Amino acid sequence: MKQFIIFVQKEFYHIFRDRKSLLIIIFMPIVQIILFGFALTNEIKDSDIAILDNAKDGASGEIIRRLDASRYFNAARYLHTQGEIETAFKTGKIRLVVVFQPGFRAALLHNNHAQLQLIADATDPNTATTITNYAASIVRDYQSDLNLLVQTPYLITPQIRMLYNPQLKGAYNFVPGVMAMILILISAMMTSVAIVREKEINTMEVLLVSPLKPFLFILSKAIPYMFLSLVNVTTILIVSVSLLEVPIKGSLLLLMAEALLFITTSVSLGLLISNVTNSQQTALMISLMGLLLPTLLLGGFMFPIESMPRPLQVVSNLVPSKWFFIIVKNVMIKGLGFKMVWKETLILFGMALFFLAVSITKFKTRLA
Amino acid sequence: MNEPVIIANKLTKRFGDFTATNEISFEVKKGEIFGFLGANGAGKTTAIRMFCGLLLPSSGSATVAGFDVFKQTELIKQNIGYMSQKFSLYEDLTVKENIRFYAGIYGMSRRLIKEKTGPLLKQLNLLSEANMLVKSLPLGWKQKLAFSVAVFHEPKVVFLDEPTGGVDPITRREFWNLIFQAAERGITVFVTTHYMDEAEYCNRVSIMVDGKIEALDTPRKLKQSFNALSMDEVFLQLARGAKRAGD
Amino acid sequence: MNAVTVAHIVKKYGSKKAPVHALDDISLDVSKGELFGVIGPDGAGKTSLFRILTTLLLADSGDATVDGFDVVKQYKAIRNRVGYMPGKFSLYQDLSVEENLRFFATIFNTSIAANYELIKDIYIQIEPFKDRRAGKLSGGMKQKLALCCALIHRPSVLFLDEPTTGVDAVSRKEFWEMLKALKQQGISILVSTPYMDEAALCDRVALMQSGKIMSIDSPRNIIKKFTKTMWSVRSAEMYRLLNDLQQYSNTEKCYAFGEFHHLVLKNNGVERDEIMSYLQYLSHREIELQVALPNIEDCFIELMSSTGK
Repeated sequence: MKQFIIFVQKEFYHIFRDRKSLLIIIFMPIVQIILFGFALTNEIKDSDIAILDNAKDGASGEIIRRLDASRYFNAARYLHTQGEIETAFKTGKIRLVVVFQPGFRAALLHNNHAQLQLIADATDPNTATTITNYAASIVRDYQSDLNLLVQTPYLITPQIRMLYNPQLKGAYNFVPGVMAMILILISAMMTSVAIVREKEINTMEVLLVSPLKPFLFILSKAIPYMFLSLVNVTTILIVSVSLLEVPIKGSLLLLMAEALLFITTSVSLGLLISNVTNSQQTALMISLMGLLLPTLLLGGFMFPIESMPRPLQVVSNLVPSKWFFIIVKNVMIKGLGFKMVWKETLILFGMALFFLAVSITKFKTRLA
Repeated sequence: MNEPVIIANKLTKRFGDFTATNEISFEVKKGEIFGFLGANGAGKTTAIRMFCGLLLPSSGSATVAGFDVFKQTELIKQNIGYMSQKFSLYEDLTVKENIRFYAGIYGMSRRLIKEKTGPLLKQLNLLSEANMLVKSLPLGWKQKLAFSVAVFHEPKVVFLDEPTGGVDPITRREFWNLIFQAAERGITVFVTTHYMDEAEYCNRVSIMVDGKIEALDTPRKLKQSFNALSMDEVFLQLARGAKRAGD
Repeated sequence: MNAVTVAHIVKKYGSKKAPVHALDDISLDVSKGELFGVIGPDGAGKTSLFRILTTLLLADSGDATVDGFDVVKQYKAIRNRVGYMPGKFSLYQDLSVEENLRFFATIFNTSIAANYELIKDIYIQIEPFKDRRAGKLSGGMKQKLALCCALIHRPSVLFLDEPTTGVDAVSRKEFWEMLKALKQQGISILVSTPYMDEAALCDRVALMQSGKIMSIDSPRNIIKKFTKTMWSVRSAEMYRLLNDLQQYSNTEKCYAFGEFHHLVLKNNGVERDEIMSYLQYLSHREIELQVALPNIEDCFIELMSSTGK
């Protein structure tokens, strides 16, 4: 027990005495969350939109005028055929296409019900939702102005189509995403680097030639970074609740427990990396290429997994972040309970157990 | 033959309120093998860096190969060679590639490089290893090759920083043979070492203690004046009094 | 019982087709309380041998025991009772002197206080700097701290892999004085070094080269085995003298050694006058020529050339 305590204490000395790294570890999550948050809200002003006006009547004209006049939109192009929509998205900076059905005004006046399509480029799902919401509300304004004059209400139904990302991932994707990213980074990368450093500065040789048990060594290396990761989870949650107004709808306790499970998985991945490398640089590279990239690409938070080719979808199942991302979204954003995430939890648990078992049994008690 | 190649006059380097080298003065002649001894932290490395034009002195003056260490560092670099135990050759390049690379850095023409490479390989007994990666050579061979590369462009001075650490006694002597040959050709050799018997091979030896040069003479005269049997004893007598320690 | 026994240890590196023998059938014994030196240049196999004995490496064949325990089967017992100082500095640079010492004491299930007597004479020298980070210590002080850390659990056998490499002559001298004091405490010590002159400070030495032991004995006996006459020669022109002597028809070998050249002749019967006249014929001035006592380095050179490089 004494061995364990002094070892953990030593690890904290290392961490606290390396001021630069410590600052990065503590502030990186905050900076990332804020960056993602601002990137979201700032981009929507003066978005270029294209119009396909098949009606060309007073009503469609009025809606176009209102859209163009608002500070959010700028009617940049007028299209003539359905086929031009695709090219508009591909060539221009067009973010939204508004399509009026033929005889829009007539339909509105005679049937009291007309349709208009809002087509958005949803590769950036968050911006797409916001833009369509703004456009829909402008249409609703026009509708209610119209309804002041008549008894039977006119109804305009905006049909919303999200191109490229039909299911539209939720608005607050980035909070669970950043969480997965930071935890993989801190837990796996830092743990592996911390162990490999002992090999680099030769202390590993001395520790191996000592009665210290491998299990104790691994545990004492992992604990400090698990602790730091928990600190990170807390700061991420505080920043997102207070600054970005993303509420924690589900149980905080469940969320923390799931985070701890994911941290354990990441730490055991870090241990695994440290087993096969002898230099901090390699450990860093493997962590970045082998863990961070899959988290970004296949974790489901940057690019929706559903729209990926089948083989990639299968591969994504091996990425722990994917499961953690689903869990956090469900618990934190949707407010679901354990019953709804038990499957994902079980998968993560299995992964943690597997990696931990492998890294402990594969731990080299000798050099080379 | 007797023209000075290195002249140091009250050369001083301060880091904050720490004086690493303190008013060192001496001259080293053309073709001389000059031993530069001192305990770890005595200020040897700092002095060598100033002579090589890597570090600006705080005060005093010095010229190396006729160039000023304050203003003409680029010219100095053109006219010196440098080799240390840590920095020697690119392990993942072949013997020939290393020679070509370093010679190229010093602006030697392709023709001249080609002309000189053959004889060098022959002299080092490396003809059959010319296209082998340097990392596959034994340490002693690497050290000899590194030295030959450092003097390949016929510099006026070559600085050697502990060139023979860990090398077996026979190879160590082969290495010194190369040094003797270079000195015969008129190259000034400025060398640091922890092997005190190697200090005896030098024409003159200086011993630094706490940033100052405490003794400078031929090995024989140093032993006489310190009433010692070996250079080891001379060194111990001087360095034992050292107050500061550092790396 | 011996502190260390090594029997026919072989260790190979590299591919199966072209293996490099780091250790080629090595055998040796070290008695309890002995100060045993493993002398040889880089690449001789010293570090591999030490790593096998400290259970860090597995030999390809052969047996070895440390303090009576087998290095393979009973490696855990060995790890409890040996002290080991690897070749490169192996302490935590960002921890203070005292923190390093306390850490290693605790890892070895002991405390500084329990074994303070053993390290006292060494630790006292670095105690004034106990709050300084290890990275800020001088080379000599780092060595002392590393030695303290290796000793803090009172090991029965101490392995020091090139403790004096890159250390200046003063610190080297101090280090060997500390080893002598430790020997008095009954600790068996194995120390490796590339400095031939340090061999004289050991009880017995093994001279190693290219994975083989060329000779094991006390330094005195090794020198006794050098039966050829060795001359030391100097003149006003040392480099020309070396070349001339190497050309001399009677010369077996001649090499620089300190202020003299050491000369071994093919035939012990050659007289001093004969060498003198050869040198005078070549117009050397200020010639000094006398029979010299060989030292370990001369023996090493002799052994190297007789075993063929």
